[in-house]
This record gives sequence, C-alpha cells and structure tokens, in this order.
Amino acid sequence: MIPAGFSYVRAGSVEEALDELSRHGGAARPLAGGHSLLPAMKLRRAEPGVLVDIGRLRELSYVRADGDRIAVGALTSHRTLERDPVVAAQVPLLAAAARRIGDPQVRNRGTIGGSLAHADPAADLAGAVLALDGVLVARGPAGVREIPAREFFTGRCRNALAPGELLTEIRLPAAPGRSYAFEKFSRRALDWAVVGVAAQARPGGGVAIALIGMGPTPVRATAVEEALAAGEPAAEAARLAAWGCEPPDDAVASASYRTHLAEVLVTRALAAL
Amino acid sequence: MIGSAVPRKEDAALLTGRGTFVDDIHRPGLLHMVYVHSTEAHALITGVDAEEARSLPGVVGVWTARDFAGLPPRPSVPGLERGYLAAGKVHYVGEPVAVVVAADRYAAADAARAVRVAYEPLPVMATVADALARDSVPIFAPLPGNLALEQQVTPDDVTADLEAAPHRLRARLVNQRCAGAPMEPYGVLADWTGAGPTVWATVQAPHRVRAEIAERFGLARHLVRVVAPDVGGAFGVKSSFMPELFLAPELSRRLGRPVKYVETRGEHMVHTYHGRDQLQDVEVGFDDEGRILALDVTLTVNIGGVPDPVGIGLATLTSYMLGGCYKIPKIAARYRSVVTNTTPTASYRGAGRPEASFLIERVVDLVARELGRDPADVRKANLIQPGEMPYQTPFEGIVYDEADYPAALDLLLDRLGYAGLREEQARRLADPRAPLLGVGLSTFVEMGGFGPTPLFEQFGYLGGWESANVRMQPDGSVIVLVGTAPHGQGHQTALAQIAADQLGVPFDAISVLYGDTAVVQEGTGTMGSRGMPVAGNAVRMAAVEVADKARRVAAHMLEADADDLVRIGDGFQVKGVPDATVTLAEVAERAFKPHLLPEGTALGLENTSYFEPKNLSYPSGAHGCVVEIDRDTGRVSILRYVCVDDCGTVINPMTARGQIHGGVAQGIAQALFEKVAFDAGGRPLTASLEDYMVPGALDLPPYETHHIETRSSFNPLGAKGLGEAGATAAPQAVVNAVVDALAHLGVRDVEMPCTPERVWKVMHDAS
Repeated sequence: MIPAGFSYVRAGSVEEALDELSRHGGAARPLAGGHSLLPAMKLRRAEPGVLVDIGRLRELSYVRADGDRIAVGALTSHRTLERDPVVAAQVPLLAAAARRIGDPQVRNRGTIGGSLAHADPAADLAGAVLALDGVLVARGPAGVREIPAREFFTGRCRNALAPGELLTEIRLPAAPGRSYAFEKFSRRALDWAVVGVAAQARPGGGVAIALIGMGPTPVRATAVEEALAAGEPAAEAARLAAWGCEPPDDAVASASYRTHLAEVLVTRALAAL
Repeated sequence: MIGSAVPRKEDAALLTGRGTFVDDIHRPGLLHMVYVHSTEAHALITGVDAEEARSLPGVVGVWTARDFAGLPPRPSVPGLERGYLAAGKVHYVGEPVAVVVAADRYAAADAARAVRVAYEPLPVMATVADALARDSVPIFAPLPGNLALEQQVTPDDVTADLEAAPHRLRARLVNQRCAGAPMEPYGVLADWTGAGPTVWATVQAPHRVRAEIAERFGLARHLVRVVAPDVGGAFGVKSSFMPELFLAPELSRRLGRPVKYVETRGEHMVHTYHGRDQLQDVEVGFDDEGRILALDVTLTVNIGGVPDPVGIGLATLTSYMLGGCYKIPKIAARYRSVVTNTTPTASYRGAGRPEASFLIERVVDLVARELGRDPADVRKANLIQPGEMPYQTPFEGIVYDEADYPAALDLLLDRLGYAGLREEQARRLADPRAPLLGVGLSTFVEMGGFGPTPLFEQFGYLGGWESANVRMQPDGSVIVLVGTAPHGQGHQTALAQIAADQLGVPFDAISVLYGDTAVVQEGTGTMGSRGMPVAGNAVRMAAVEVADKARRVAAHMLEADADDLVRIGDGFQVKGVPDATVTLAEVAERAFKPHLLPEGTALGLENTSYFEPKNLSYPSGAHGCVVEIDRDTGRVSILRYVCVDDCGTVINPMTARGQIHGGVAQGIAQALFEKVAFDAGGRPLTASLEDYMVPGALDLPPYETHHIETRSSFNPLGAKGLGEAGATAAPQAVVNAVVDALAHLGVRDVEMPCTPERVWKVMHDAS
C-alpha cells in the first residue's frame, strides 16, 4: 500500500495538461478522480513517474445538449451523470449505469473520462457508452480526433489514446424516450461487475447490447443484436449472449458461470426494455 | 446501571477521528521497519542480496535471520520454536525473510523491494492432502511427516454404538480458512530508552506480551512497558506473537532510535495469521426420533507453514464443544494438526468453537433430512433440558452452566413465524418463477469467560483470572484500572456500569483505564469472551470492597453503626434520621484525612481484586435465518436473520446488540462471502480486499435480536460473555437455510462460502 516515488504537477488548463503530458512522454499519467490509478499505484501495479493532475479543470466538467448529440466533459463525475436532467432525459442509460458504481463517495470523485480511459473490462460506464454508440474525443499534440467507443477499448486496461493524448469529451447520440436497461451482477454491492449488460433500444428498431466482464474489453453482443434484428424471440437471442466472448476464468468467477450470467442478464435486460 | 443501554464512553473520540492508534503515535527520531516477505511457498533461501537496498537514500539497514541468531526464539510449543525471520528456507508466501529500516515508510518500502532473495524451489504442499501424501517432503524441519500433532481427545471408541444405532450417516464438512481482517492491521512502535523498551502495539494481552518481551531480552518485567492504545479490532488475530513484537524493540535497542512497523492491508492478508481451516469427517448414529446416540469425529486442521502454539492445539476446543446443546451419550473425537505451505492459522473469533457448532448443527440437519423430520423437532428431541443444568458433557471438566436451550429455540420459532415460513416455502416451490425459500436453524452453545487458571496456563498465560483496581478520588469520582485490553468491545462503558452499581457513583463520574502495563497492576487480556464474566466480576469485587470501606468511613463521620446507614442519592443517611447525612464526596475526602479517621484505618478508598472464575461460562442461544435463492444465478439473499441469545446478565443491551451484530456479520461472511484461498503452488489468491470478500453493510441483512437472561451460577455477576456468540451461531444458520432451500433437488450440503457460482453449480448438477 506504499506507492513508488513519483512527481506531481497540477494542470491549470487543458493546454497545460497536454504540454505536461507530452513533455514527460510515457512516464506521465493524467490523474482525474484517482479511483483506479491511485489504488493501482499503492499496489505497485502502476508506477508512473509523473502524475498530471487534471482534477480541477472545471472546463472539462459539463453536460451539453448539442443538437441530437449529448456532449459530456471527461471530468464529469458519476454523481453528476446520475442526477443531471439532460442525461436523465436524453441518455438515461448513462445515468442508470452511473448509479451502479461504488458508493456516493466514489461517485462524487470518479469521472467518466477517468473510468473510460482506465478501460477496465468490467466498468459500468464503458458498457453504457458502448451500447449508446458513443464517440470519444481526444486532444493531443496532433490536434483533436474522434474515436468511436467500439474502437477505443483495445485490451484489458488498454485504450486507443496515443501518447500525449487526453480524453476530453464523450459524445452520445440522444435517445430520448427510448427504452434501455442496465443489468449488473456483482459479488458485493460495491464491487465491480462480474458480468453486466447495457441495452439501448435504437431509433429505427433493434437493440444495441453491450457486455462488461466478458472479456479483455467491454464488447457488443453482436450475435444477440443480429438475432433480434432477424426476428428471433428474445429468449432464443439471449442464448447467443456470450457468442465470440472470451470470458475470464478467475477467482471471481469461472468462464462458464460468466457465460451463464451473460445469458441470464441479457434475458433480463431484454425483458426490461 | 447494569441492564441500561447507556451510550459508549469510547465513541466521542473514536467517531470524531480522535482515537489514538499505534500509527498515530510519533516519537522523535522515528524510524520505519518494513519486511521483505517470501514470494515462494516452499523454497531454500540460497542468497539475500541487500547491497542495492542498503545504498538507497534514507535506508538505515537491512537484517536477515542470521543477524538475530543470539536472540532466544519466539514463544512456541517446546521443540517447535523458531526465530523471527526465515532462516535457510521459507515455508509460505508472506513469511518474513528480512527487515529493512529507513527514515520513512516510503524509503523502507522501496528498499524492501530492492532486496533480492534467491530461492531454490521445493515441492509445494498447499493442502493437507498434499502435505500428508506418502511422497510429501517435510515442510517444518522438526516434523518429518508434516503432522504437528495427532490427538485422541476422548478415549471412547463408539464403533459398537454406531453399529447398534437404528440409523447412521457419514459426512465430510469443510470449515474454510478465514482472515480476521480487522479495520486496523497489526502495528508496533518500540522505543528502547535507558534500561528497556516501551512498546506500543495492537495486542489483546499487553501483560502477556510484556512477559514474553522481558524474557526474550533477559529483562525484569518492570523495565518493559507495553501499551495497547486504541486498537481497531482484533478478533483473535492480534493474540499471536508476531515477529515484529520482538524485532522492533531489538532494532530500537541496536539503533538507539524508536522503530515503527505498521502492516499494510496486503501484508495483513498473507502475514497475519488466519483462522478456521478444518476438514471434518463425521459419523453419527441415531434413532427413529432423530435422537443422536453416538458421534465419531475426526478433524484435520491446516495449521499452515509453521506451527503457532495456539493454532496447533485449537481443535481441542472444537472437540470439547462437539456435543453442542444436545444430550449425546457418546462422542469419540480425534484430530490432526497438519503443516502446509500456507500462512499459519491460529485464533479467529470463536477460535475452535464455531467449527464445532457448525459441525453438530449441520449434522442435526442431515439427521432430520435423512429421517424426513423437521429440523426443529430433531433439535427438540436432543436438547439438554434446563433441569439438567449444570450439565456434565462427555468431556471431563466441560460443564455447561445454567441455560434454557428449549426456551431459546421456542422463542426463535415464534419470532420467525416458523410454520408460516414452511407454508410460504411450499408455495414458492410450486411456482417456478419464484425465488426458492430456505429456513435454517442453529441452536448453539460455546465457551466464554476464558479462565480458570489451570486451563489458561496451558495457553501460556500467567493465569485465567482478571484484575481490577477501583480507586475513589478525593472528590468522589472513580478511576478503574482493569487488566483486559479491549479493541472495540466497549469496556469503558460496561465496566463503569458495573462499578457504578456497587459504588453508588454516577456513571459519568467513573473512568476506566486499561492497556498500559505501567499503569495497570497485572492483567490477562481480552479474548475468549472473558470481558464481562471475568473482568466484570473483578471490577465488581474491587468495587464491593471500596463501597464497604466508604460505608465504614461514613459511619464514623455520622457517629453511627455502619449497619444503620442507608444509601441515599449521592451519599449515606442514618436510618430514620433525615438530617444525619453525608455525601460520598465528603466521605471520599475524609478517607484522605488520617487525623479524622478511626485509629488503624488505612488511608484512601482503593482496592485491587483478582477474580478467578470457577469455570468457563457457556453462552448459548438459537439463531434462525431465512434465505431466498435466485434460481437463475444462484445468488443467496438473506431475507431475515433472527437471534435469540443467552449471555446471562446483560450489562448494556446496546453494546450487547453491537456484539451480536458484529459476530453475526462475520458468521454470515464465512457462510456466503469469505475464503482465504491459495492456488496449487501455494500462491495466495486473496491478498487484497478486492479478492477477499469482506461484506459491506449493503451485503448484510437487518438483524432481529432477542435475549433470554439465564444467570450463570459460575460467577457473581451471572454473565457468560457474548463476543464470539454471533460468529459461532451464524455460519450454520445460513448454510442450513441454503441447503434447506435446495433440499427438494436432493442437495445435502453446500460448502462455504455459498457463493452464487457454487450454489448455481450445485443446483445445475442436481437438476
């Protein structure tokens, strides 16, 4: 529980943060809510040489309706997502997922950008953003670029950000009035999901379904989506929940139990739509 | 005051973050000690390279076993002693191999990682089966077959009785390994100034620790001061003699500076000793009514990589309690304590007794199932009746005190609405969409009030008594010094209540101090549910003496006979003479005026008493649990948890309820969540609270608590103790409920912890 030595800088603006990140190269890590990074450092699973604290950049904490898209600043807290009226009206799936993260203390400190960039395969918000077909906005030395959520998660706790890039915004297609479901199965109330399912009804019919805890990254349950699109009954489609997944087989749960949970949770999510 | 739910004196400081724990204590020039722990489960140490570590900034030194060769070994069973650090070989992952001392914890932690230990791996035996296998190799040198102890606890052979019984069945039960996981991990700060050390430590028995430190260093005891400040939970795991209790003072002596060691959570999970870990092979003979005629039990205990002197024999206590609340005419019990390449095991809340209660309560349910009878009826057919108390068990010296087991069960069934639950269960079974319902019962008895001296000496203690000094101040207020060292129990509150009743002094005018060998006369400590039944009686004894003397002084002041005085409000009055009164404060001041006291009266109002209990006490009760099981996921949810406890006299109903809540929480944790696990190579799989599933408040049900108060005749207060009752009663109440919910599938047992996956697999395999 004693981290290795590191130095610390607090960024006063996004530009400053980008400068610091590119100056220190791979040795630097941005620090937002710190809920994943600091424990990892204390366990010496992460030993960044420099922490660039972006936690006070209020300019990155916002929820804006922008035409048919909702823009969420990367430093928006889980608690804000849980309570924000625009989120509740336009992307309620995001609020439902945020509500299931940890306890109020965690939700007050944790940020959506931090959670997504950490890229834990069992992160609740990652499932929601993936099911919502979100787009992640990164700023870096080479300018601004958009990364679709489907391409953002590249491996267990790995993301598509290039060195020196900072995740600044998450853009989500508005889904007002459309049904959604978030099903999470965890060992303890405040634990990460063993398996979780985010489901979002699409505008032209059909359902987008994302799974968390079923592989090295959050994934879309494309087999279920396609079966539903082809008119299969929900119960039949749900059987394909784990199709193509490589669920972990670890002390938390076996791969076969995770496979079973995926089916149960997809069934429940579809029933709740 | 006894029986009133006064708020705890302790809480004002603790709840505002102003408690004083070991890590809060600072001394000038403080150095920090960190271990280099073994990363191998079983290996020869072929070299320790500390050159780089020594060269790091802030590092004072690095020491290995050979640097402490002159120090006498740690306390243990004769012949099984060992040093403070692994010498030549390691026996489990987490075993301390070296210590680093540095100017701060960060430098010390970095240096510990820079120490390179070279290992030559040996075959790993992480389970008792592997350790006892024919081709096993010895783990701990003095024990060639890895068998640390083989004990025939009773001479009885019940083979004939089992054969003669109308029915018999066998079972293998598993009581898994658990970690104490107190909020505050282990910590020691030693400051050797002048002739001896002062040691602040998270311990449960400061006087015992003082004796052991004095002996190691060849010091007279008055030169060693041990202080247990606020201690954030212990649950028995702070009663083992961890090497840091000796290394910190020794390094402080060598370096001439104070040395602090505070365990991290990760270290706690592999370094501080675990508890439980028993395999239980049972055969039971019974008749058509479910009356148990004979019980044959073989326990196999995993005691870990090096035997702890308590852990090695803990199954003796399991054996003594095998009969539970039942009249079982014949019990044969034996056990084996086996060394494996895992963290050692020793005391954990209940220390041997919960394992027994689990065993017999699971067996009663198995008997009921086998006969198709209701588990409540089978319990009733076997319970010891109140008229049979005190009850001599088949084990010599194990005599249960007064209790009414059938009344506890009846009250439980009534509060549960048992018949209604059975109807609801049947209804749900018929509806494939409804979650399954299960009801589990646990009628339990355990040992509390640890003493008396002849028993407690066997665990290395000076005695099984407890001591109290009650001292009235010249203004009539009172200071009590007690030999226990609580770590969350609330002794400042409960013991003040006891003293208040005897002295006639307001609760707020009494302070209770403990935990410091320089302040407290002598003490045994806090473990084995001995606070109220032993320390409570010591306080009572001393207070009676002080009250008696106060009355004599008052009589002198009022020029009356002591027998003619009556207590009024804040003092005494001569019976029938309203004007002839004196306040306790006046009496207290008078006690310090030699010229105004009767000739020959000793000055002061003070008494030190030692209370030696006649025997152990036996807290008992009946707990019931109602669970719901999700048919799709196997998740067990506790709908209700109902407790009926008989701890004898209840001193403070609120703190009593707190003890029940905490104990039951740990029992539920064992039943549903927690297990310390290792892989086949002996690598810990639960080295953090991410993996070791300590449940939180949201994972636990509300508790319904009820008390039956049957005073024990074994001590004047009539108290039996309560600290371990919940942890003893709860695991099998929950497991019996889980198995009950699945019984229609032919399920006979579900191993703890009953995780969703395990329950799902059991359901899946059965259907």
